[in-house]
Amino acid sequence: MSEISEEQVAHLANLARIALTPQEISSLTTELDQIVDSIAKVQQVATPDVPATSHPVPLSNVFRPDVVGETLTIEQALQNAPEHDDNRFRVSAILGEEQ
Amino acid sequence: MSDIIRLTAAGLAEKLQTREISAVEATQAHLDRIDAVDHDVHAFLHVSNHALDAARRIDDRRTAGEELGPLAGVPLAVKDVLVTTDMPSTSGSRILEGYMSPFDATVVKRAREAGLIPIGKTNMDEFAMGSSTEHSAYGPTRNPWDLGRIPGGSGGGSAAAVAAFEAPLALGSDTGGSIRQPAHVTGTVGVKPTYGAVSRYGAIALASSLDQVGPVTRTVLDAGLLQDVIGGHDPFDSTSLTDAWPSMAEAARDGARGDVLKGLRVGVVKELSGEGFQAGVQSRFDETVALLTKQGAEVVEVRAPHFEYAVSAYYLILPAEASSNLAKFDSVRFGMRVQPDGGGTVEQVMAATRELGFGPEVKRRIILGTYALSAGYYDAYYGSAQKVRTLIQRDFDAAFAQVDVLISPSAPTTAFKFGEKLKDPMAMYLNDVATIPANLAGVPGISVPIGLAPEDGLPVGIQIMAPVREDARLYRVGAAIEALLEQQWGHTLISQAPALGGK
Repeated sequence: MSEISEEQVAHLANLARIALTPQEISSLTTELDQIVDSIAKVQQVATPDVPATSHPVPLSNVFRPDVVGETLTIEQALQNAPEHDDNRFRVSAILGEEQ
Repeated sequence: MSDIIRLTAAGLAEKLQTREISAVEATQAHLDRIDAVDHDVHAFLHVSNHALDAARRIDDRRTAGEELGPLAGVPLAVKDVLVTTDMPSTSGSRILEGYMSPFDATVVKRAREAGLIPIGKTNMDEFAMGSSTEHSAYGPTRNPWDLGRIPGGSGGGSAAAVAAFEAPLALGSDTGGSIRQPAHVTGTVGVKPTYGAVSRYGAIALASSLDQVGPVTRTVLDAGLLQDVIGGHDPFDSTSLTDAWPSMAEAARDGARGDVLKGLRVGVVKELSGEGFQAGVQSRFDETVALLTKQGAEVVEVRAPHFEYAVSAYYLILPAEASSNLAKFDSVRFGMRVQPDGGGTVEQVMAATRELGFGPEVKRRIILGTYALSAGYYDAYYGSAQKVRTLIQRDFDAAFAQVDVLISPSAPTTAFKFGEKLKDPMAMYLNDVATIPANLAGVPGISVPIGLAPEDGLPVGIQIMAPVREDARLYRVGAAIEALLEQQWGHTLISQAPALGGK
């Protein structure tokens, strides 16, 4: 019913930055189709007059005093980085050749 | 020595206070137990090298006459979703293998300050996605009642650790039942507090509007003692409630000795029974309902017409929130980094890392969440699910206008066998049908053991739910049911668990 296609899953994987294999795309397409079919029933009762709830116990205006609190040292911030250079995280090229 | 591990946390705490047992002895006894049985159970991903030092410091402070908290010196197992400075925190994922947090989760910090001894990190489904621990990147945990069966999930490690007497207390997190369903299948006690009652700071987020940290124990009183330590306002969590909370341990003691069941208005949720519920789960539940009636509770059937949409709404909201929470695993600031063949741009490195670092269930939910949030589908799926959330809250409001607590079996079946639901994601998701509504509405819930299902001899739990902020009511009623049943049986349920062979 929901008819999710392999192209769609490949596009979603690209958006989510996961390099899925063709086999994964194929099996995920089948699974997602089944899952979406069974969860689409939320639409049956979600009529326009019902407001949406995003948070179970809503709070508003949660602020703290504008003072410096506990912060990480540079060493702490970098201690789990796969690669760093001096005080910065190091990554590979941001742009590819075609960009 | 082996008697130490059989004590409840409350019982052990008493012997620590009177110095009949030292914190070092208590910690060593549990480390020995882990050494003997965890090869079979696999509740732990990491066992602390610092536990004995921490215990020694507690003993020294006690010897020096220092006033310590009621649980000082009691060992504590910590679900791997909670970050710790002295042990790795992986959330059950390859992508975080070896990750050392520069800070402690607030609940861990509070536990340390109260003198509890963190003894290890417990196994879980990867990023808490699952109901069996089969989705852990480090292999499943086995149920101490039957090593061929699942211990529940995602917090199967914490539940199995307390059920196997490897720790008297554990911390869990519950997004759709990850504390209560493991308690149900392992014959232990698990509490999901009111949303905001316990800090989420330092809990690696799955779905931020659903996640709640809570206690995993063998008795209701022990859970109360632990919630008293970890609960209360935390300025580091913007969803943390500022309420002043009563003592949950006092509520449990009150429930165990008093006649709180007399005149208590109890609602049996009609939608959480019948079809899909295993016969032995239903019969133990029905017997408990009869017992409540006999004790003077006014039991009525309550309708919650929108609960049947809860699982569907949950599997839209959770993946949506998870897909955005897990975007931070980008191979830049922490975690694994995988270089694609021949190198690549930072985006290609990210994609290669996430392909190798995430397991199949995590990928499934990230893709599902990305789909539910994408343009053209947002209103139909995510928007509709949020409306269902309102309808479920209204069901709870209407029910709690009539009754003081709601009850149901904690899960539809007893512990299932490994592999049984692995190929069918929807079947796995449906195992959380009874626990999910409480997360969507933010109300607190507890699972308390009520016996063994006759057909398979495996534990069954009752779930009690109360209105938002009424956590103490759960402890009062939970402790009353626990005391009544133990009086009737002449023993605790967990004492009936098979002895573990050891190595």
